[in-house]
Amino acid sequence: MMTIFDFEKPINELESAIAELRQLATEKGLDRSREIAELEAQRERLLKQIFAHLRPWDKVLLARHPKRPYALDYIRLMCESFLELHGDRLGFDDPAIVGGLAKLGGRNLVIVGQQKGRDLKERQKRNFAMAKPEGYRKAMRLFRLAEKFRLPVLTLVDTPAADPGVESESRGISEAIAQSMLTLFELTVPTAAVILGEGGSGGAIALAATNRVLMLEHAIYSVIPPEGCAAILYRDPSKAPQAADALKLTAESARELGLIDLVIPEPLGAAHRDPQTTALSVRAAVLQQLDELSALSPEALRDHRYQRFRQMGVFEAVG
Amino acid sequence: MQKRAIVQANAEQWVQCARCKKILFRPDFERALRVCPHCGHHHRLRARERILLTVDPDTFQETDADLRPGDPLSFPEYADKLRKGTASAGETEAMLIGEACLSGVPIIIGAMDFGFMGGSMGSVVGEKVARAFERAVERRCPVILFCASGGARMQEGLISLMQMAKTTAAVGRLNRAGLPYIAVFTDPTMAGVLASFASLADVILAEPGALVGFAGQRVAAQASVGKPPANFQTAEFQHEHGMIDLIVPRRNIRPTLSYLLEMFQAPCTGGDAP
Repeated sequence: MMTIFDFEKPINELESAIAELRQLATEKGLDRSREIAELEAQRERLLKQIFAHLRPWDKVLLARHPKRPYALDYIRLMCESFLELHGDRLGFDDPAIVGGLAKLGGRNLVIVGQQKGRDLKERQKRNFAMAKPEGYRKAMRLFRLAEKFRLPVLTLVDTPAADPGVESESRGISEAIAQSMLTLFELTVPTAAVILGEGGSGGAIALAATNRVLMLEHAIYSVIPPEGCAAILYRDPSKAPQAADALKLTAESARELGLIDLVIPEPLGAAHRDPQTTALSVRAAVLQQLDELSALSPEALRDHRYQRFRQMGVFEAVG
Repeated sequence: MQKRAIVQANAEQWVQCARCKKILFRPDFERALRVCPHCGHHHRLRARERILLTVDPDTFQETDADLRPGDPLSFPEYADKLRKGTASAGETEAMLIGEACLSGVPIIIGAMDFGFMGGSMGSVVGEKVARAFERAVERRCPVILFCASGGARMQEGLISLMQMAKTTAAVGRLNRAGLPYIAVFTDPTMAGVLASFASLADVILAEPGALVGFAGQRVAAQASVGKPPANFQTAEFQHEHGMIDLIVPRRNIRPTLSYLLEMFQAPCTGGDAP
C-alpha cells in the first residue's frame, strides 16, 4: 500500500525522479551519477526544510503512517533476543498486545507493547492495535511476572485507543485499563514506556504509568483523537488539524508541559525512512533510563512513580 | 399582579419527570429524593445535595474548596466554559470533597457534579481525588466517592489524561493502608473516570438506570458487529457483566453504605480488644 501525505508529496516526487534516473542509467548504461547526486542533495534539502516546519497535524499523519515501524519491528531491531509469551490466563489472548521476555543490552527484561498490522489481514487480526480487556489483562500478567523475577519492564505504546466495542464493554474494558495502571504503580522494579506512534488516551496511559515515559519525535500523545475533539469543539471532524493544534499532542509539547521525560530524535524524514537508526536511538535511550533507575531501591522506585504522576496538574489555590 | 404571582408560585410546585413526562408535585418529588414515583427514574443531583443527603446532619466539612482550574493549553472556549460551569452548577469545579460522618463513622467523602462541564476530570478534579485518598490514609478512615462524569476533560489535553494515572496511584496508597473505598456510580459514569479511580473501589454500587460505560454509544456501535443490546452501558448491563456489585435505589444508598462501613471496620476497633 502506498500512502503519500500532502507534506511528503514533493519529497516523493523527487524520490521517484531519482529512481527513474537510476533505472534509466542501468538500462541504457549511461552515467547519470552527477544528476542523481544533485537530485539527492535537493531531496535532503527539501526534507530538512519540510521537517523543520511540521505542524501538529503532520505529526498525527506521521504517527499513523502505514510504513512507520511497529512494536515488533523495534523489538526485532533492538533486542538481542525475544521470546513472546501468550494469553491472559482468563480465556483469551489478545493479538493487539504482544509481550514477552527479551534481552536488551545484556539485560533481561519484560517487554509489553501494542502491535499494529502491516497489511489488511494483519491489521484486522491485531484490531488496529486497539486492545480489548484481555490485552490489558495479559499485560498485567506479564507485569506481575516481571515483579516476581525482579525484571525491569519496558512498554511500547502505539494505539489509536482501547477497543470501544460492545464485546470489550461486556468484559470490563474500563476496569482493565484502571487495573493495568494500578498494577504498574504497585511494581517495585524499574519501568519505562516509549510512545512509538499513537498514544491514544486511556488505551495508552494503561501501559504508560511508568517511572520514565519517552516519546519518539514524531509520535503523538493525546486525551482524545483530534477528529473526536474537532467533532465536539467545531462540530466538524474535518477540522481535526485545528483540533490537533489546540490539543498540544506533540512530543515537544508533552515535554514542555513536563508530562514526559525525554524526546527521542528520529532520523531525517521520520522513523519509516530509517527504522534501523530509529531503533538504535530507542535502544540507547531506554538503556540509559534503565541504568539510571537501577540505582533506586524497590521502595524508592514505587515512590518515584507515585511522585512523578502526583505532581501533574495545573491549578491555583485562591485566598 | 397578585394573580400572576400566585400562578407562578403554583408553577414552581410542579415538575415534570424527565423520562415518563408525568407531572409531579414538587414537595413529593423532593421527599422521594428526586426519584419519579411513577417510573422510578433517578434524576441527577447536585454534588452538594448528594453529600448532604448521605452524611449525618451537620457533619460535612468541605476541604480544598480553594482549588481553581487553570487554562494550561489556552484551549479554545475553555475559560468561557469554566465561567458557565460555575454559574450553572453554583460550584467552582466538578468535584466536591470533604470530611463527614456516616452513621457516626468518620469518612472522607466526595461527589462529582455533572452540571459543571459534564463532571469532566481535569487537574482540579484529579487533585481533589488524590487528596481525598491521601487524607484518608493520614486519618485512617474510609473513602466514599459518588461518580458523575463524562470522562477526562478535553480542554486540559494530556494533563487530564495524566489525572487518570494520578488518581489510580492514590487508590493504590489507600489499598496498601488497608482502608475501604466505596464508589457509587450515578448517571453518568463514563470513560476516563470509569477507566481510572472509579473502577478500583472495593465495593461498587450504582443507581438504577445510570449510564455507565467506556466509549460513547455511537462509537461503540460503530466498532461492533451487530446492534448493541437495548440496555447497553446501563448500570444494569454492567451489573449483569460483573462490573458492579449492586444496583441500589437512591433511598437505600445511605443504609447500604452504612452497612459496608460497619463490615469493613477493623475488629480491634470494636472496643472488646484487650
